[in-house]
Amino acid sequence: MTTVEEQGTSLWRDAWIKLCKNYLALLGLAIILLLCLVSLLTPWIAPYGYEEQNLLLGATPPSAAHWLGTDIFGRDMLTRIMYGGRVSLTVGFIATAVALVIGVLWGAIAGFVGGRVDAVMMRIVDIMYALPFMIFIVLLMVVFGRNILLLFLAIGAVEWLTMARIVRGQVMNLRKQEFVEAAYSLGLSQWTIIRRHIIPNTLGPVIVYTTLTIPSVMLLEAFLSFLGLGIQPPQSSWGLLINYGVETMEEYPWLLIFPGVTLSLTLFALNFLGDGLRDALDPRTSKDQ
Amino acid sequence: MLRFAFYRLLQAIPVLLIVISLTFFLVHSAPGGPFSADKAVPPEVIKALEAQYNLDQPLWQQYVSYLGDIVQGDFGPSFKYPGRDVSELIAAGLPATAELAFYAMLVALVIGVSAGVAAAMRPNTAQDYIPMSAAMIGICMPSFLLGPLLVLIFGIHLEWLPVSGWGDMPGDKILPAITLGTGYAAYIARLSRGGMLEVLSQDYIRTARAKGLSEALVIAKHALRGGLIPVVAFLGPAFAGLLGGSFVVETIFQIPGLGRFYVQAAFNRDYTMILGTTVFFATLIIVFNLLSDMLAIWLNPKLRQQAQGKS
Amino acid sequence: MNNRARQQLILPLLLLIPTLLLSGCGSGESNVDSGNRTGTLHWGNGTEPQSLDPHIATGVPEHHIITAIMEGLILKDSKTLAPKPGVAESWTISDDGRVYTFNLRKNARWSNGDPHNANDYVWSWWRALQPALGNLYAYMYFSIENAQGYYEGTVTDFDQVGVKALDDSTLQVTLSNPTPYFLQLLDHYSLYPVHRGTVEKFGTADERGTRWTYEGNNVGNGAFQLVDWKINRRITVERNQYYWNSDQVQLNKIVFYPTENVVSEERMFRAGQLHRTGSIPADKIPVYLEANDSSLHIAPYLGTYFYRINTRVPHLQDKTVRRALAMTIDRETISKSILKAGQIPAYAMTPPGTMGYYPESDLRFDPEAARQLLADAGYPNGEGFPTTEILYNTSEGHRKIAVAIQQMWKKYLNIDIKLLNQEWKVYLDSESAGNYQISRAGWIGDYVDPNSFLDMFLCNGGNNRTGWCNPEYDRLISEVAPTVKSHAERMTVFGQAEQILMDELPVIPIYIYTSVNLVNKSVKNYADNILNQPSFTEMSLQSEQSNIVGGEQ
Repeated sequence: MTTVEEQGTSLWRDAWIKLCKNYLALLGLAIILLLCLVSLLTPWIAPYGYEEQNLLLGATPPSAAHWLGTDIFGRDMLTRIMYGGRVSLTVGFIATAVALVIGVLWGAIAGFVGGRVDAVMMRIVDIMYALPFMIFIVLLMVVFGRNILLLFLAIGAVEWLTMARIVRGQVMNLRKQEFVEAAYSLGLSQWTIIRRHIIPNTLGPVIVYTTLTIPSVMLLEAFLSFLGLGIQPPQSSWGLLINYGVETMEEYPWLLIFPGVTLSLTLFALNFLGDGLRDALDPRTSKDQ
Repeated sequence: MLRFAFYRLLQAIPVLLIVISLTFFLVHSAPGGPFSADKAVPPEVIKALEAQYNLDQPLWQQYVSYLGDIVQGDFGPSFKYPGRDVSELIAAGLPATAELAFYAMLVALVIGVSAGVAAAMRPNTAQDYIPMSAAMIGICMPSFLLGPLLVLIFGIHLEWLPVSGWGDMPGDKILPAITLGTGYAAYIARLSRGGMLEVLSQDYIRTARAKGLSEALVIAKHALRGGLIPVVAFLGPAFAGLLGGSFVVETIFQIPGLGRFYVQAAFNRDYTMILGTTVFFATLIIVFNLLSDMLAIWLNPKLRQQAQGKS
Repeated sequence: MNNRARQQLILPLLLLIPTLLLSGCGSGESNVDSGNRTGTLHWGNGTEPQSLDPHIATGVPEHHIITAIMEGLILKDSKTLAPKPGVAESWTISDDGRVYTFNLRKNARWSNGDPHNANDYVWSWWRALQPALGNLYAYMYFSIENAQGYYEGTVTDFDQVGVKALDDSTLQVTLSNPTPYFLQLLDHYSLYPVHRGTVEKFGTADERGTRWTYEGNNVGNGAFQLVDWKINRRITVERNQYYWNSDQVQLNKIVFYPTENVVSEERMFRAGQLHRTGSIPADKIPVYLEANDSSLHIAPYLGTYFYRINTRVPHLQDKTVRRALAMTIDRETISKSILKAGQIPAYAMTPPGTMGYYPESDLRFDPEAARQLLADAGYPNGEGFPTTEILYNTSEGHRKIAVAIQQMWKKYLNIDIKLLNQEWKVYLDSESAGNYQISRAGWIGDYVDPNSFLDMFLCNGGNNRTGWCNPEYDRLISEVAPTVKSHAERMTVFGQAEQILMDELPVIPIYIYTSVNLVNKSVKNYADNILNQPSFTEMSLQSEQSNIVGGEQ
């Protein structure tokens, strides 16, 4: 009788296998990748120019020439949605990245250093949670104008809090784990411990939460656009397109449906992916069960 | 418990101070003053107006006197509406917003918790998938999309419900409450499902079932208390979110609430109104957070011990 | 809380939702129906009024309410806008056209019963000219002798200002120059009287923003009086029994709603919550037109939509360049495809038909000629023309037009245009400070006379803002026009001035406004006029049943 050697596996491998079994999550991933690809290639593959107007044409329903119809200026909706996607996805990713960087750093430091520093840092997070952020964002946008950079910062500044909490919780847990103590006793430097043990193990929740923050950010941008404070025309985002569509939804429903469906689909995809990642990375549902 | 509350309230004071200061200097650095008008305003008139509202004093002086006034509860006069005090305007707008937030929270809790608990009771079946997918829709559909759609269907085509207003006609509170509450119902559904699932896999639940208790009793008597903890933890941020979300809903449904006032004030550069509303909202949120934290502690024996240990 | 208590809570909570829902079904009468029954007009009024003090307010929403609760010496015929008696039942004008003597009604009274006489006018106009009050319409008084001097401080004694009460019911006004449109000015709310006792009860005469205008305090001399003001919700006025013409007034009550969101407002109209809307989203206009819906009221409006050009900007100093820009705007297409409400393309600043004035202008849409002009100016095919920025205040409507024009200039002249939108307040500041290159603007005439449009562009006109200055233009407007005798001559002088304006083009007129409102069919005698000021005293409500409702109940 030969002992079959069990192949060593890592958390990542396990996670990937589990993820692949989750059809919804895979679908979500596929959709996101497709959207990103389309957005990147938009300047080359868009059927019409971005601002190409045809005033006499006006708003027309979907047709052979314009697959998704035209808006009141006669601009091709498919093109506008593609360009809008570039903006929305960019805002989503970058603002989330801002939140990510701030949140992870904050949480990691707080969790790792612990003690007084941790108490102060987390108190600040608690306090900021309590603030009426919508108010500040409105104010910031009003004060400094609708600068897209500022938009990223403002949104990122709101979303980093939960990330910090999660990261801190994770780091604190890890710090107490035996393998970390073992690493200490082996004489590894603090930095090595952080690099090799702490960070890889926090990546899981961070990835999950990042995937879930993006839709939140995109929604926030859409809200601001509704109030007139988000992306400035002539740039357009899905939020703005939906806004215009809402105003004329009875006369020209396609102006609302297509951007609305696209935004919702993206949000769905991200959420399913995030959920799938969370389930996949959760050690409690390991393959042994 | 009281000690805890007191300690937290004390902490609130520096927070408010930061909020006020931040807002004050932000607002005063905004371009465009409160007295710009499309008809040319003679400079003497602007000077007179600024003097009347103390805008000609150096900024620091304005700041200090503003703080002094706030402590006495005087938020100052509105710039946009001559003769009205900010406190008066806040009092005018508050009831609508408070009611809206309350009903929306109610909608969110009732729908969210029922859906989440139902889903957790039979995970991975239709009873789970259907509410959770519906929840997903709620999260992914912004209120400024949902609101007009509901108005179109129920207000215009079916003519069941009024399309705007608040308290003017019967039933005009339904659509706004649903529009605002749906997103949060979805979050709460997911949270309660998650919480319930975790609790239901615990040993003491297995024990209760083994004892022969009916499923309903198991849930109501044992599971709910622990399973709803994530929901209670979410109440604070939910409330803050509701206040922010009210801006949009109030605009769609023409509700005379504080959110709408605030957005207008920001656009009008009505400094005192902006400051007053911000301070007011911040206070509300702090108080609400405190209350929900207290509720969380009370529900969770572990946290209660911690809190008592602290005092 | 133990579990039983929690269970006891859940049930009532669950019941609350259906209760909320049930309270909605089977809703009561619509506002229109109940209003027709009780003689209450539900009026969508645009933004929440800033103030109802006629010496402080500026704005159309304020205007409607103020004209309901107050009245001036003169009224206007709601169709022709010709002056007709208001508080003044008759008047005489001296031969030289400078002295007006008004005979006031003996039965004119304030809404609290106090008698209303000529002294009220002297005091009110004194008050309106107090600098501390910050009256943005003070300039409406400047045709009165020494009024401008008094306001600016060069004349210190108000007795020198040309308004006197000869006796309780006779008011004499002396003008510096014969001003043909003076009677019209008197119907503008900035010249309305205010009740001295009330104003002084709540503060000094020149104190800005006291509470005298609020519900419970407000005393006016109009057909209605203010009974309720719930800020951001509604303003309610009820018939004033002391009004001299109260038997002719049909409406019992008017409720003014603040309706900033035009999309919501249109929905409210369709749902029967409003008798009348302040405006309508442009995209809905074709729908109503196609359905031949008579609720849609479109009428010419005394206003011009135009672009200011900052003539201080180097590449915009050459009037050939400005002309090229003006000639490549396809106004017809803009009106048809974007505006859709029958707006008239404007080739001159003053709306045609203003008091019989028809400006002549050779401005037209001619891209070929424009290209040539631009080449002549040194920018053949747009080469070397700096990127120019159009500034507009944030609004979908302005954006659409700016985008269209941006496209047109690119297409026909091959020049690059950037768009910048700023919020209202910021935009105003930018314009006044000259921080713009081309800026969108609009101007509604305060009174029906070309002067209201043309005196904007005097060298030191406060509303000029373009840096343009032409001494001959100034001479025609300030010196020649006020002194010519006949109306026809005056119009000719204005024509000459306008030609100068359209030759140099510091502004590019784009279209003449139309007023677009939705008015429920049950509203009778809603007069469409060029100032969009229907008269509340003439309107009545008639429900589907043919009995006319209204009048004393």
